Amino acid sequence: MTDTKKQIRIALRNCGLIDPEQIEDYIAQDGYFALGKCLTEYTQDQTIAEIKESGLRGRGGGGFPTGLKWEITKNVEADQKFVVCNADEGDPGAFMDRSILEGDPHSVLEAMAICGYCIGADKGLIYIRAEYPLAIERLKIAIKQAREFGLLGNDILGTGFNFDIELRYGAGAFVCGEETALIHSMEGLRGEPTFKPPFPSVSGYMGKPTNVNNVETFASVPVIINKGAGWFNKIGTEKSKGTKVFALAGKINNVGLVEVPMGTTLREVVYDIGGGIVNGKEFKSVQTGGPSGGCLTKDFLDTPIDYDNLVAAGSMMGSGGMIVMDEDDCMVSIAKFYLEFTLEESCGKCTPCRIGNKRLHEILEKITEGNGTEEDIDRLKVLSNVIKDTSLCGLGQSSPNPVLSTIANFEDEYLAHVKDGKCPAGQCKSLLRYDIIEDLCTGCTLCFRNCPVGAITGERRAPHFIDQSLCIKCGVCFEKCKFDAITLT
Amino acid sequence: MDTINLIIDNKPIVVKKGTTILEAASSIGVQVPTLCHMKLDDLNIENKPGGCRVCVVEVEGRRNLAPACCTDVHEGMVVNSHSIRAINARRTVMELILSDHPADCLICAKSGDCELQDMAQQLGIRKIHYPGEQSHYREDTSPAIIREIDKCIMCRRCEMMCNEVQTVGVLSAINRGFDSVVSPAFEMNLDHSECTYCGQCVAVCPTGALTEVDDTGKVIRALSDPAKTVIVQTAPAVRAALGEEFEMEPGTLVTGKLVSALRRLRFDHVFDTDFAADLTIMEEGTELLNRLGKHLAGDKDVKLPILTSCCPAWVKFFEHQFPEMKEIPSTARSPQQMFGSIAKTYFAEKLGVERENLVVVSIMPCVAKKYECGRDEFKVNGNPDVDHVITTRELAALIKLSNIDFKTLPNEDFDNPLGESTGAGVIFGTTGGVIEAAVRTAYEIHTKKELPRLDFDELRGMDGIREATIDFDGLPIKIGIAHGLGNARKLLEDIQAGKSEFHAIEIMSCPGGCIGGGGQPYHHGNAEILKKRQMAIYQEDKNKTLRKSHENPHIIKLYEEFLGEPMSEKAHHLLHTEYFDRTE
Repeated sequence: MTDTKKQIRIALRNCGLIDPEQIEDYIAQDGYFALGKCLTEYTQDQTIAEIKESGLRGRGGGGFPTGLKWEITKNVEADQKFVVCNADEGDPGAFMDRSILEGDPHSVLEAMAICGYCIGADKGLIYIRAEYPLAIERLKIAIKQAREFGLLGNDILGTGFNFDIELRYGAGAFVCGEETALIHSMEGLRGEPTFKPPFPSVSGYMGKPTNVNNVETFASVPVIINKGAGWFNKIGTEKSKGTKVFALAGKINNVGLVEVPMGTTLREVVYDIGGGIVNGKEFKSVQTGGPSGGCLTKDFLDTPIDYDNLVAAGSMMGSGGMIVMDEDDCMVSIAKFYLEFTLEESCGKCTPCRIGNKRLHEILEKITEGNGTEEDIDRLKVLSNVIKDTSLCGLGQSSPNPVLSTIANFEDEYLAHVKDGKCPAGQCKSLLRYDIIEDLCTGCTLCFRNCPVGAITGERRAPHFIDQSLCIKCGVCFEKCKFDAITLT
Repeated sequence: MDTINLIIDNKPIVVKKGTTILEAASSIGVQVPTLCHMKLDDLNIENKPGGCRVCVVEVEGRRNLAPACCTDVHEGMVVNSHSIRAINARRTVMELILSDHPADCLICAKSGDCELQDMAQQLGIRKIHYPGEQSHYREDTSPAIIREIDKCIMCRRCEMMCNEVQTVGVLSAINRGFDSVVSPAFEMNLDHSECTYCGQCVAVCPTGALTEVDDTGKVIRALSDPAKTVIVQTAPAVRAALGEEFEMEPGTLVTGKLVSALRRLRFDHVFDTDFAADLTIMEEGTELLNRLGKHLAGDKDVKLPILTSCCPAWVKFFEHQFPEMKEIPSTARSPQQMFGSIAKTYFAEKLGVERENLVVVSIMPCVAKKYECGRDEFKVNGNPDVDHVITTRELAALIKLSNIDFKTLPNEDFDNPLGESTGAGVIFGTTGGVIEAAVRTAYEIHTKKELPRLDFDELRGMDGIREATIDFDGLPIKIGIAHGLGNARKLLEDIQAGKSEFHAIEIMSCPGGCIGGGGQPYHHGNAEILKKRQMAIYQEDKNKTLRKSHENPHIIKLYEEFLGEPMSEKAHHLLHTEYFDRTE
């Protein structure tokens, strides 16, 4: 069973507890107290100092210190600045941000207003995937209610501070989670990144200084102000404070969102909270950081999760995807699977990501089809490193991670594919081989009659035979045989 | 601190803050290879999406390699442009580009003039270690431009020209990932789009993805048809650039050799578009003075400023983008079309040749001229005034194909009567030239006095928008000049807003004017070449005895014998046109 004691809910504190369509519910949970406190008791610098002191880092994946980002944006002189909330959650299987927006939209609005106060912006924009209709609906309701309560709009709480929020819809491109691509998309341009610097904090939306933070980052802000930086920074590790929400998925008993203090080990998440591997199978790997994270082995299970440890282990925090794999998963296929995602989501702007990832995928395909060589493994390594070293944005710079980490941690599996022509997990169809054991075959013809491609021949009551050149490895014969006369190798 | 100290390839240097690694390296003779980057100095045109990643260099202490074209230097930076890591990455990136590019160099239109080919050689690519699937797209042929998009390397230069410089907005990246490509929206054909055929996308394409339609075959067939009399006109900007195709210095004037080459190609008469440029000035200049006269007389309905109409891409641009202003440009046809019209009437009569048996070929610095000659209003019973247009580049190919050693050709003179021109006709080839030519004539007609000077430096230069006031003997005439359609758009928006105070505006679509046309030898991002061509044009003007259009004796004769006077009914019929709203 789930060990809930290992979880601390900060970003998800109100999710499921309050009615997200009732602002009163949020206020009853100290909602908008933090905004009031900032506007009436703290200067901009004091608020920023509090956030810096808390040690909060960007939860979207980058891990950049939030307070520092706010400070940089504040210090840029401009007639207009923007606060942008990145709600373009694009990792497959991840729904942390969606849950927060659906369950506690006001926490994000409040934090954006606090950020606007700090950096000197009177306008906030939430860039949200159009595929999140409920989140959009709840945000609209929340914005309307906040305006009615004088918590958004002009002269908030009578302090003279003006701040309002609008929604901008994304079409669900993964790359639009990259902040420059996100901004271009909001401007009506093609969603592709541009070289940084200039950073959005200097030149962002419409060329104005723009502070971009992720949903989960914002959701953590009000509670930091309310309970104090000293409360928050006691949670977590030396360089990573607070909690992180993960979307647990894969071959694990308890799938779903978990929020744990930084420093929790992967073992605690997988076994204590996640309830271990489905069907009592053996743990093989855990992939963190979304499609471009790395696959870690059981040797890393006792690694305390924080930004720096995951990078050191060859993976990353990302926005909190966590996918668990067991002994039945083929790591070459896993790398290929993730690369398929990046291939689809690459914007195509820079050469290494546009063509390099395609070539990586083609080599992996060659290996899983049984046509790979040892040289192909070297090519994967060299090309992956060039892609990391030369790509324009974070997507390309991290896209080879699944390839590199699986080669580093499961090289024997790659070698089995290319040298022995075997897929140890039995997932790569082309490498499977069905054979009929002559001594056990009774010549019942059941396999012969069920084979969809006529690959099986043999006389009644005499041993049958599989023509490997025709076999499509569908496994029907294996399933049908009543005498265990068919082997799978 | 305004200066930055850094080290590039072991050499310490001091550069201004805001300098890129590429610029800093270049200042000490380190030529970091680039592919997508292109900068036309003084024209305010730069493409640096940082997309190709060929220019990556190693910077000490930096996690990944830095693209030299868009990374600014910083204090204490240590750059290694040819570390093993940088070279390996650069070559791998190049191999990736080549792995998705057709290897048909031997038969590619761009072979020998291709930046991708040059870069592959410079980086010594001898093997593609990452072969794989190649992208395939439908070829798109329009009246002027061919898009062979399998050869696109996503440098985005064309897109930058189309959107930022020309503000036409036809080309942009579509699709994602490996399928990304530059295309009109919804992959529509260019001829269904609002493309002006200015050809600036062709002018900057580093590969053979964008080229002009090759019409040399049609010209060869016409020349070998004994039933046809084939005459040729050559635009002013051609003579200032053609030599570059034969390894001559940019800015070398090759007028005499050009005439000589055209005779060897067996054109029956070798004429000059400059003659028609002089004719244009007579018509357009008179139209300007007419409109101005009415304006001064208090006529509130008269449309001012008058806009030049020589440039077919500009004409198509306002027909698409500003159709409500189609009454403002001069109704005068372009010199190419005036030439064709006179050739197939006046000159055909003189020769006693039927219109159908007279073939008019144009040599143009321009790809839009290919489109222009096919417009219905320039045809009589389906027979076009100008039959075929080939660009400067196509002419060079034709000369090479015909075994002509261009460099050793003698200098020869144009034939008469349509080969005589003044310096005013020559300067049509550069930005500012049409309006300067118009001023020279309009001044003398209006004031009935001789011009005190012939060179109007205030109208010359390379700034995208220029303005000057010319004193017409007490009457100040305000003149605007724009080259590049984005600059033209600014002036048009001022007119729309009622803010324009100009009496006359010259507009040319291509940066630099026709010298920078889409059909000229490739400049490969070297703006110096454009400036040298411009200097050559002004030199040709200076060399001429006659420098005012109305003094061209054959123009005078044409009016006497055939047209009557400028803006006469016959002139109107043959030399003027109308414009169409293309937004419907």
